[in-house]
Amino acid sequence: MKQEPLLSIKDLRTRFHTYEGVLTAVDGIHLGIYPGETLGVVGESGCGKSVTALSILRLLASPPAQIEGQILFDGNDLLRMSLDEIRRIRGNSISMIFQEPMTSLNPVLTIGEQIAEAIRLHQGLGREEAWEKAVDMLERVQIPSPRIRAREYPHKLSGGMRQRAIIAMALSCHPRLLLADEPTTALDVTVQAQIVDLMEHLKEEIRTSILLITHNLGLIAEMAKRVVVMYAGKIVEEAPVEDLFSEPLHPYTKGLLESIPWMGRKIKEGRKPLQEIPGMVPSLKEMPRGCRFHPRCLTARDRCRNEEPPLIVKHGRRVFCWLWT
Amino acid sequence: MDLILQVKDLKKYFPVRKGLFSRAIGWVQAVDGVSFTLYPGETLGLVGESGCGKTTVGRCILRLIEPDSGEILFDGENLLKLNRESLRKVRAKLQIIFQDPYSSLNPRMTVKEIIAEPIRNHTPASKGEIQDRVFYLMEKVGLHPEQANRFPHEFSGGQRQRIGIARALALNPKLIICDEPVSALDVSIQAQVINLLIKLQEETGLSYLFIAHDLSVVEHISDRVAVMYLGKIVELAKDTALYNSPKHPYTQALLSAVPFPDPKMKKRRILLQGEIPSPINLPEGCRFYSRCPYRRNFCREMEPELKDIGENHWVSCHFPVGE
Repeated sequence: MKQEPLLSIKDLRTRFHTYEGVLTAVDGIHLGIYPGETLGVVGESGCGKSVTALSILRLLASPPAQIEGQILFDGNDLLRMSLDEIRRIRGNSISMIFQEPMTSLNPVLTIGEQIAEAIRLHQGLGREEAWEKAVDMLERVQIPSPRIRAREYPHKLSGGMRQRAIIAMALSCHPRLLLADEPTTALDVTVQAQIVDLMEHLKEEIRTSILLITHNLGLIAEMAKRVVVMYAGKIVEEAPVEDLFSEPLHPYTKGLLESIPWMGRKIKEGRKPLQEIPGMVPSLKEMPRGCRFHPRCLTARDRCRNEEPPLIVKHGRRVFCWLWT
Repeated sequence: MDLILQVKDLKKYFPVRKGLFSRAIGWVQAVDGVSFTLYPGETLGLVGESGCGKTTVGRCILRLIEPDSGEILFDGENLLKLNRESLRKVRAKLQIIFQDPYSSLNPRMTVKEIIAEPIRNHTPASKGEIQDRVFYLMEKVGLHPEQANRFPHEFSGGQRQRIGIARALALNPKLIICDEPVSALDVSIQAQVINLLIKLQEETGLSYLFIAHDLSVVEHISDRVAVMYLGKIVELAKDTALYNSPKHPYTQALLSAVPFPDPKMKKRRILLQGEIPSPINLPEGCRFYSRCPYRRNFCREMEPELKDIGENHWVSCHFPVGE
C-alpha cells in the first residue's frame, strides 16, 4: 500500500497555558490516516487522544491552547489556515462526532433544522432542498418515521436516537474524514451494536476514513484496521489490528490487553486474577523522566528511567520502547 | 446452606406526576416482582441496560429507597418490618459501594474520618482502637496509612474507590451491594479494584450483589448471574450456564452484542430492533415482545413467569432458546 495519506499529522504538540504552568497534553505525535481506512486510537483518560482530535479541527480555544506541528489534509496544513478556511472544512470534508449525544445537539432547534443548517451552509442548497436532504439522512441512519422525527427537539429522542441524529448530521456533507470520539461510550451494549453496524454500513457507502477514538479494546478489535496506542501524551505503539492483539510489543499495550476480563475466559479457563498495571497514569504536571511508562513497567531498566525511548520499526510496526533496541 | 439474603416479589413503582396538583398520571414500574437468593460467600451478578431497575433493586435492599411491597430477608430478618433503630443496627452488616467515587465521599472529611465514622457510630471503640482499625483497613485495601489525614480530592479515582471499599468493610459486613463499582474507572485501574474485591471475599467470606452493565466484568466476578429487563429478572443461572447457553432471547442478544477483543473473531450478532421501551404503563404480555426476534402472538397475550427449567436455570420466556 503506497498510497498518500489523506491526513498526516507531523510532530503535533498541544500545550495548555494554565495557572499551574504549561501542560503538554499531546507531545510530538506522528500519524497518518489513509483513504477509506479506520484508524483506532486507544488509551486511558488523559492520554491525549481527544485533544488530538480537537487539535485536528482546531476546536480548542487558543489561548489557553497552543498547537504546534503540522496537520496536512490533502496537502494543506490545517494549522496554517485562516479561520474562514478551517470553517469551510469543519463539518464538510472533516466532521466529528462526540461521546455525549445530548450536549452536542442544540436543544432549542429541531433535529431536522440542525441537519439542514449544516447542509445549507456547506452545500449551498436552498431551504426546502436542504430539509428534504436532512429527512433523507435521518432515514439512512434508520430513524423510524424520519419526517415526523425531523420536527422534534433533541430531548424527545432517546440516547441511541440522538447519536443516530448526530451521525446523520456528521455524514450529511459526505465528509472524507470522520473523527469519532468515543461514539458509543454513553450507550447500552445492544444500542452500541446497532450504531457500530450503522457506521460500518455508512462507511462502505460514503467511503469515509474514520479516526476512531476509544478506550474500549473490543470496539477497536471490531472496527479498526490499524491501531495507535497512546500513553501520557505520546504514541507508544502502532500496528495493524491483528498484530497488536496477537503480539503486542509495548509493555503498556500488553498490560492493557491482559487487564481486561474477556468474556468467556473465566468459564473456559477458571478464574485467575486479572493482570494489573501497578500505579496510575502520571499527571501532566509531573511527567516522569525517560520513558513515561517506566514507573509502572515491569521490565523497566536503568536506561528507561533516564532516556526517552526512540522509535523502533519492526516488521512494519512502530513501537517506542528500549526493549526492542 | 443458610441463605444470607432472600428477596421475594420486590416491587417499586415511581409515580409520574404532572399538572398543578402533581397528580400521578402514570407509574414507572422500576422493579416489578423481583425474587432471588444469595448464599454466604457467593457473588450474584445483576446485569441489565440502563433503566432496567438494577440500581433500584440494590437501593431497595438497603431501604435507601422504600420498596412498595415484597419481602427482604437478610440473615433471616425481614428488613421491611424493622423500625429505624433496628434497621440502623442491621445496616452494620449490610453495606454498599457506589459507582461514582467522586460524589460518594464527603469532601470535607479526611480519609481517616470517613473510614472511622461507621465504627464510631456502631461500636463503643476507643480513639486508639478506632485508629488501629482504620490503619488496618487502609492497608487491607492497598492504601498507605500515611495518607490517612488527606482529603478525598487528593486521590485518584481508583484510590477513592478503595476508600469507599474500606468504609464498607469497617464493620465486617456479611453482604456488600456493589453498584457499578468499576464502571467509572480506567481499564488498568479496573483490574486492580476487581482483584481487590475478589481477594477480600476469599479472606472474609462475605457475599456480593454485584450490579453492573459490563457483561465481561460480571462474568469474571460472579458465581451466578441474573439478567434484568424492564423491572423484571428474565434469566437467572449459574455463570457457566448463562454465558454458554443463554435461554432467554434477550440474554442471547445482550451477550452477542458485546464487542470481543479479538480482531480475528468475526461474531455472529443478533441485532435487536429499537431500544428499551419506556417503563411507564407497560402493556400486558411479555415485556420483551416489541424487540424479540422470536416473538409469537401468544407472547403478547400472556406474561411469562420466571420458571426453573432444570439445574437451577431460571428463565422467564414461553419459548426458551434451544428448548
